[in-house]
Amino acid sequence: MRLYALAVYAFLYLPIAIIALFSFSAGRSAASLQGFSVHWYHKALHNPFVLEALWTSVRVAFLSALLATIAGTLASLALTGMRGRVRAIFDTLVQVAVMIPGIVIGIATLIALVSVFDLVNPWLEPLTGLKLSLGTGSLVAAHGLFTMSLVILLVRGRMESLDPALIEASGDLGATPVATFFQVTLPQILPAIMAGFLLAFTFSFDDFIIAFFVAGSDTTLPIYIFSSIRRGVTPEINAIGTMVMGASLTILIVAQVMLRRSQAQPRP
Amino acid sequence: MAITRRQARALLLTPAGLWYAALLLLPLAVVLIFSFGERSPIGGYAPGFTLEQYANLPSRFAAFRNTLTLAPLGTVAALLIAYPLAYFLALRVDPKWKTLLLVLVIVPFWTSILIRSYAWIFLLGGKGIPALLAQFGLEDIRLLNTPFAVLLGIVYGYLPLMVFPIYVALEKLDKRLLEAAADLGTPPWRSFLQITLPLSMPGVLTGSMLVFILLMGEFLIPSILGGGKVFFIGNAMVDLFLQSRNWAFGSAVAVALVVIMLITVAIYSRLIKRFGASRDDVGLM
Repeated sequence: MRLYALAVYAFLYLPIAIIALFSFSAGRSAASLQGFSVHWYHKALHNPFVLEALWTSVRVAFLSALLATIAGTLASLALTGMRGRVRAIFDTLVQVAVMIPGIVIGIATLIALVSVFDLVNPWLEPLTGLKLSLGTGSLVAAHGLFTMSLVILLVRGRMESLDPALIEASGDLGATPVATFFQVTLPQILPAIMAGFLLAFTFSFDDFIIAFFVAGSDTTLPIYIFSSIRRGVTPEINAIGTMVMGASLTILIVAQVMLRRSQAQPRP
Repeated sequence: MAITRRQARALLLTPAGLWYAALLLLPLAVVLIFSFGERSPIGGYAPGFTLEQYANLPSRFAAFRNTLTLAPLGTVAALLIAYPLAYFLALRVDPKWKTLLLVLVIVPFWTSILIRSYAWIFLLGGKGIPALLAQFGLEDIRLLNTPFAVLLGIVYGYLPLMVFPIYVALEKLDKRLLEAAADLGTPPWRSFLQITLPLSMPGVLTGSMLVFILLMGEFLIPSILGGGKVFFIGNAMVDLFLQSRNWAFGSAVAVALVVIMLITVAIYSRLIKRFGASRDDVGLM
């Protein structure tokens, strides 16, 4: 049993480990291991295309995670303890947003935005000189839609496990609802909110499929990696992949630990 | 100025509500409308009301066939690999290590599927496993760009999602039932078949549903590990929207995919209900 578990963990982690190992190779070919060097890291970090893509990815991930966390947390506050039609509608929206394949949402968003822009731009452009187009804005909006749903699931789950007696006690002791929120509720749901933000950030940072459709002329890091892979396996991609993996793993482990510490029972 | 509870709720829900309306409902509505339209001569969409696009779906038969064979295969393979691991984590492991081991299972799911699939190009490519096999006399074995590579990639990608719901179901299982069975002299394999397995069915079904649905919408893994030879519905959609710019037909394919998914969810929900589980413990995070 234990051996079996070990084998599954190896299956999950070995491929990543091998990429990491080969990224330190000094050789020119991606598939040979010669010596040890950080040459490819140096090269990747001085590649202007990589840096630009990285900056776009970080910007989009941060903005979409921030907005998704705010909108998702606000919605969770309203939805907790709520019943009736509005609650049912939101529950369905959250589920649809999480379950619908990235490819469908990516393509649907692409054609909807392009159609809307085609309608709006002939009016907008002569008036303001602005022209709507795909790019950072559409990336933030599309990523945020998915990650806001994650935040709602996490924060609402946490809210619903809170002890209502604490909130009542705070009210009985004369605290205003706003004071109760900041002094009683918020400290208890903060770990879930932070974990939601971190998950949202990594989702956006790692997402390829939605970005592929709605990025317009912008290039995010996953889009850059995808187009490089099509040209073949290179040690530079190994180095970039290792860095992205390292960053995501670190953020995710922090998020998971926060989530689990904030909950009595482990909840996936 | 005091506001009522109702107004406060409406205010709190506004940003999320607008976001869902503009970027979920509107895009899905557009796809549905476009699927009844026509391809404009210069590519893109021309208004119309025709069922022509739906009638044309069989022309993409290969993509539907590949998806509807590899997705169930991938789901079953993931289930067979995941179940023993979930069992081990829920019933056999030292509680001290549980959290860490669980985190280690779920974390890969949230990392870049792109880079994880890329790792398999590396392993399955000419200088990876095939070169290793050649040393044992098994030459000319082609792994990359085959259905096998795609299957391996999807199992690798979605395994964590299968482990979690099964783990949750097994964790909730009342261990006294197993003790009682043992006290009454039931052999372990029988108590597994008669107690553990039936009680973990909700987790099995939830995991299978999640994995199956996500597999049906897969595009990246077939395109990276299938080398354009193993086409999924998702690949057909990308081709239609980005290469042939036939938005109307592409939309019909998208609608067909969503309909197949909805049917799947409906069947699974019914099965899950029969096994008497709450749907709350769908484990995504």
